[in-house]
Amino acid sequence: MSELILFRHLDIPDINDLDVYLANGGFKGLREIVGKKSPQEVVDIVKASGLRGRGGAGFPTGVKWSFLTPDVFPRYVVINADESEPGAFKDREIMERNPYQLLEGIAICCYAAQAQTAYIYCRGEFWDLAKELDEKIAELKDRGFLGKKLFGEKFDLEIYIHVGAGAYICGEETALLESLEGKLGMPRLRPPFPAAEGLFAKPTVVNNVETLANLPPIITRGADWFRSIGTEKSSGTKIFSLSGHIAKPGNYELPLGTSFRELIYDNGNGIPNGNAIKAILPAGASAPLLPASEEILDTGMDYESVSKAGSQLGSASIIVMDETVDISWVAYKTTKFFNHESCGKCTPCREGTYWMFNVMQHIKNGEGTFDDLATLNSVAESIVGKCLCALGDFSTMALTSGIEYFQEDFNAHLREKV
Amino acid sequence: MSSSQVKLMIDGNTLEAPRGMLLVDAALRAGIDVPVFCYHPKMEPVGMCRMCLVEIGRPSRDRQSGEFLLDENDQPIINFGPNLETACTTRIDEGWVVYINSERALEGQKQIVEFLLTSHPLDCPVCDKGGECPLQDLTMLHGPGISRFSFHDKMNSLKRVALGELIILDRERCIQCARCIRFQEEIVDDPVIEFSNRGRSLEIVTFSEPGFDSYFSGNTTDICPVGALTTSDFRFGSRPWELNAAASICPHCPVGCNIILNTRREVKMGGSEIVKRVLPRQNEMINEIWICDKGRFAYSYAMDSERLSQPMIRVGGELEETSWDNALKVAAEGLKQSGANLLGLAGGRASNEDLYNFKQLIQGLDGVSMLNDFMAGGKQNQQIGLGPGSNLGDLGVGDAIVVIASDLLEEAPIWWLRVKQAAERGAKLIVANARFTKLEKYSAHTVRYSFGDAPETVLGMLHYVTGDSSLNKYAKVDGQEESARIIKEATNAVLFMGSEGSDSESSKRLVQACGSLLAATEHIGKANNGLIPVWLKNNTQGAWDMGLTPPEKHLAEEFRDRTALYLMACDPFGDNPEMLQELPQDAFVIVQELFHTPSVDRADVVFPAQSFIERDGTLTSGERVVQLFYPAVSPHGESLPDWKILARIGALLGVAMESTSAAGVMNRIAEDIEDYGEIHYRELMNREDQWPPVGGKQIYFGGTAYENSQGIGIRLSSRAQRGEAYEPVWKESPKKPKGEGIRIVPIVKLYDQGTTVLPSLLLAQRIGQPELVIGQEDADRLLLQNGAQVEVQWNGTAHQFPVAIDNDIPEGIVLLPRNRQLGLEMPMACNLTPVKPTSKEKGE
Ligand SMILES: Cc1cc2nc3c(=O)[nH]c(=O)nc-3n(C[C@H](O)[C@H](O)[C@H](O)COP(=O)(O)O)c2cc1C
Ligand code: SF4
Ligand code: SF4
Ligand code: SF4
Ligand code: FES
Repeated sequence: MSELILFRHLDIPDINDLDVYLANGGFKGLREIVGKKSPQEVVDIVKASGLRGRGGAGFPTGVKWSFLTPDVFPRYVVINADESEPGAFKDREIMERNPYQLLEGIAICCYAAQAQTAYIYCRGEFWDLAKELDEKIAELKDRGFLGKKLFGEKFDLEIYIHVGAGAYICGEETALLESLEGKLGMPRLRPPFPAAEGLFAKPTVVNNVETLANLPPIITRGADWFRSIGTEKSSGTKIFSLSGHIAKPGNYELPLGTSFRELIYDNGNGIPNGNAIKAILPAGASAPLLPASEEILDTGMDYESVSKAGSQLGSASIIVMDETVDISWVAYKTTKFFNHESCGKCTPCREGTYWMFNVMQHIKNGEGTFDDLATLNSVAESIVGKCLCALGDFSTMALTSGIEYFQEDFNAHLREKV
Repeated sequence: MSSSQVKLMIDGNTLEAPRGMLLVDAALRAGIDVPVFCYHPKMEPVGMCRMCLVEIGRPSRDRQSGEFLLDENDQPIINFGPNLETACTTRIDEGWVVYINSERALEGQKQIVEFLLTSHPLDCPVCDKGGECPLQDLTMLHGPGISRFSFHDKMNSLKRVALGELIILDRERCIQCARCIRFQEEIVDDPVIEFSNRGRSLEIVTFSEPGFDSYFSGNTTDICPVGALTTSDFRFGSRPWELNAAASICPHCPVGCNIILNTRREVKMGGSEIVKRVLPRQNEMINEIWICDKGRFAYSYAMDSERLSQPMIRVGGELEETSWDNALKVAAEGLKQSGANLLGLAGGRASNEDLYNFKQLIQGLDGVSMLNDFMAGGKQNQQIGLGPGSNLGDLGVGDAIVVIASDLLEEAPIWWLRVKQAAERGAKLIVANARFTKLEKYSAHTVRYSFGDAPETVLGMLHYVTGDSSLNKYAKVDGQEESARIIKEATNAVLFMGSEGSDSESSKRLVQACGSLLAATEHIGKANNGLIPVWLKNNTQGAWDMGLTPPEKHLAEEFRDRTALYLMACDPFGDNPEMLQELPQDAFVIVQELFHTPSVDRADVVFPAQSFIERDGTLTSGERVVQLFYPAVSPHGESLPDWKILARIGALLGVAMESTSAAGVMNRIAEDIEDYGEIHYRELMNREDQWPPVGGKQIYFGGTAYENSQGIGIRLSSRAQRGEAYEPVWKESPKKPKGEGIRIVPIVKLYDQGTTVLPSLLLAQRIGQPELVIGQEDADRLLLQNGAQVEVQWNGTAHQFPVAIDNDIPEGIVLLPRNRQLGLEMPMACNLTPVKPTSKEKGE
């Protein structure tokens, strides 16, 4: 097994105790930069590390920071802890088991972004976790790791927790900002991007929990070290949330580029009951499913390779389905999910998710006809590329790929039109 | 070609437009329609509905030099992205190639229409919007003939949700474009409606009490691109294509909003024409494409069955209906016999033509004519008013606006809106009043003075401008110095002067002080600079211009010893029943009126006048814009326009007046009154191209507000603009009377109890009972709690009101909404006595 960068609690179980964290190099990264490196130098290190956003889009983190509108203050850092993707449960484990590494990462990000205020936006269901984090933040403040003039330098920092009300769309960064401002969670028109006009219309960095937890080791061990892990374009490790028909589901931290096979069979101990693997959803409900061929199993789980294979790595919430799974049922579940989670702001997604769900419901109830597949494909086509945010596109992915690869699963429920 | 202009191609047409203009606007200026639903030219784009999908190609540029890359034919290489883009959110740049009607773009637009129709009820045959509905039109253009969406899966929602009693929502028809929400938030800042829920369940809700609590709510029904929002007066009332449209001017306040009266013959009314609804008519210089709810909903008075329909004369103590000839004869006889000491009193709601003829008649009979008002400023408006070239919509960065002694939102809502918007564009707003008003929210500076101290407050500002040491005793409240500096440094400055807290004497001093301040800061004699009086009536300025001014003495004194009284468009005995005692018993009284008012009860001859919907005429707004209104319906009963009644009496008494047409009266005015020398009906009918285009074919773009094809009116020039010298004067304030006790100050509420509002059943719920507003100290002293009854005595009369405690009101002051029957035109001393609840009320 490769080295654990993020899941250090597996090696040091008590690392969620501040003293244990400190005894194991905690806040060394922050101390190394505050007052010693300029914010720009930190941005450059992160750029050089090749770190890419772990929230789904895989956008280079240092590059995103460099888009902040110069000379406009205050700025904000917002941590996306909305983790709502079906099958994703990695951010939660970081926050529960290795929280100080995240908090240190946030501080490093704030230093680089020249922000004095950070908000952690937690999904509504994380209320108990939010309470624990609040206590940890208070402790950090008591111990001089937060507050005014950190380490005697010109760097003030406050971190606040905000708990959402339980909407998938609030994971989308601009809807998250709306929600954080107290409004209905709906994505904003872009541009302007958050780096130009984000929270309260000020330059804002939005990063995922896992993204920021990578920062302390990048600072202490350097960009080159980080680049040495993973693939050339996808550096570092990634936490893969493995679920579905799997003998040992759970989170696995592995270098980016690790193959599906290694994850599913070496780490997850394969498919239970001796069943054959049928398909993989590599990014929860939000990306096309992949039929489980030998070739797919040998595909590396990095941003480029998964995309080349016809899907997306996204947040790497990998759902494994065995031969007993009816893919039309999967399509029913994902369309139901997106019909429920569409914010309704833009027409194609609001109406299209409702439409696709209704058709899938008919199919599930045995009322579908063969025409329905053509309708579903064409509704999906009317959605893709025409929505205000990516959720619209997401809503069609499992469905259309399901029809493409496993049409017989659908056909079994359909009849001729009478 | 300047660098701020770019050249681009849309559907094969090359055009030039400012860089950064929204593609949708640029296309429309070039005559190419992009279908839109959520976009509205008065609001920020949101890109929600996705209706405006188009193909956009951008020239490739060399990374280093930024030059366009050329193909083998030396043409720029144009890159089309993988996706269609929204024209309403995209700002244009050089060299673009755009397709709005290409196969790919049309395909995208069709898909959106299909989506919108999946759950739409398409009940066009019974929908109020049917016939003027952008969705209906686009459905006809793009809609699929057959729905692929299962009818049984249609989302059913509530068909009648009363957001308030004025606006009704049909949730099935709503296409979630958020125009209504954004209007309330962005434009008028009454964010009282919002989306609730999400996805296909997204729906409009109101969370104010009462529902949809805003003076501007009706405008959302104009810009709603479907029949989801309707006004309760028009709902199921008519089909749009059955309506006639008469251009008119709102009669309710001095802004002079341009409106349309939509009329139709009505079976229920015996086949006569009635007004079915009031819509805004575009005038970007006055009201843009908005009107307030009073203008939209308070029109039914004109069609009220209580209207006077026949002339009446007093016979044996009773009023009896009679013929016009007889009534005119009796009136002429009466004036001949008793006209030795004649007083003519006219109201500021009459038209210029009425007021001119009124003045002519009374003058011709050697009588004295006056305006039934107390506020000063009409003369100064003629001298240093805004003048041609002005537009409140032009004020912005570098300019200043002062609002003093007025609660603009209640008194002139559209001015409030335009001032707010100017402030948001960067104009520095100074709000000076004795109490909080909603406009303060947008002010750069607020100046709070003691009730009655408005003139002194302005003189204090003048002190900081001129350094005149004799004025430094007036420099005593916060914000005067800063305000003076802002006004002095402003490129343009406009001053709105109201009458709150003023009596006739202090109003005079206030306008003199304001004039002096404007003159000292050189904000007179040029466009977008000068004075705007916030009159209590819509045509008060017209009355001043026609030569009528308020009484010098108290009206009671003017009434004493009169042998005859001629009243037009005013009701002094209704306003103040005490006045009956002042007029000699045997004085001969003629009244021209719409309704059977208390003044009619005192009349010897009564003439039924026509309301503004039955006739033509002109009105002069507070900004001194003369505007024409047209007849919309046939006259009520035998009523005649005021100017004509006057001309007929004049004919019997040998006073020659224009009697053929209102236009003819205006020609006389033009000959007689210098400022109106250029005003003729034909010029008042001039139109002008305006942006955004609205109405007709462009309902999808700007909404159902009517395009202005009947005339945008003429702005009168000020004397200062014509080069006449303005000699500012100001008077020292008299010593304040001491120990007066409590003063009661009348204030304006938009929905008052006036004759033009009360008959509106629609607004009835919003009018509410008048409350006496009292400060905490006085309430505590008198042991009064909110809602407690109190008896108030002034001028020997007593009235009871519930009290409303307001921390903002200082000791010694109580406020009461202006109302008829109170005899409370100006502030006065009063006595308060708590009314003991009877034991029954106490629940014992
Ligand atoms: C519908 C939708 C849901 C999303 N949900 C999440 C989420 O739950 N957590 C997250 O970190 N990013 C989520 N994202 C991605 C964010 O918009 C954003 O890209 C991310 O927070 C950026 O952080 P990163 O650069 O560190 O990845 C979502 C995006 C979309 C379109
Ligand atoms: S795509 Fe869906 S979730 Fe995104 S803005 Fe549109 S309606 Fe909302
Ligand atoms: S809103 Fe328009 S399309 Fe819908 S029912 Fe009414 S008229 Fe027809
Ligand atoms: S009510 Fe009308 S304006 Fe408001 S969101 Fe619905 S369709 Fe748009
Ligand atoms: S998205 Fe352009 S008009 Fe609605």
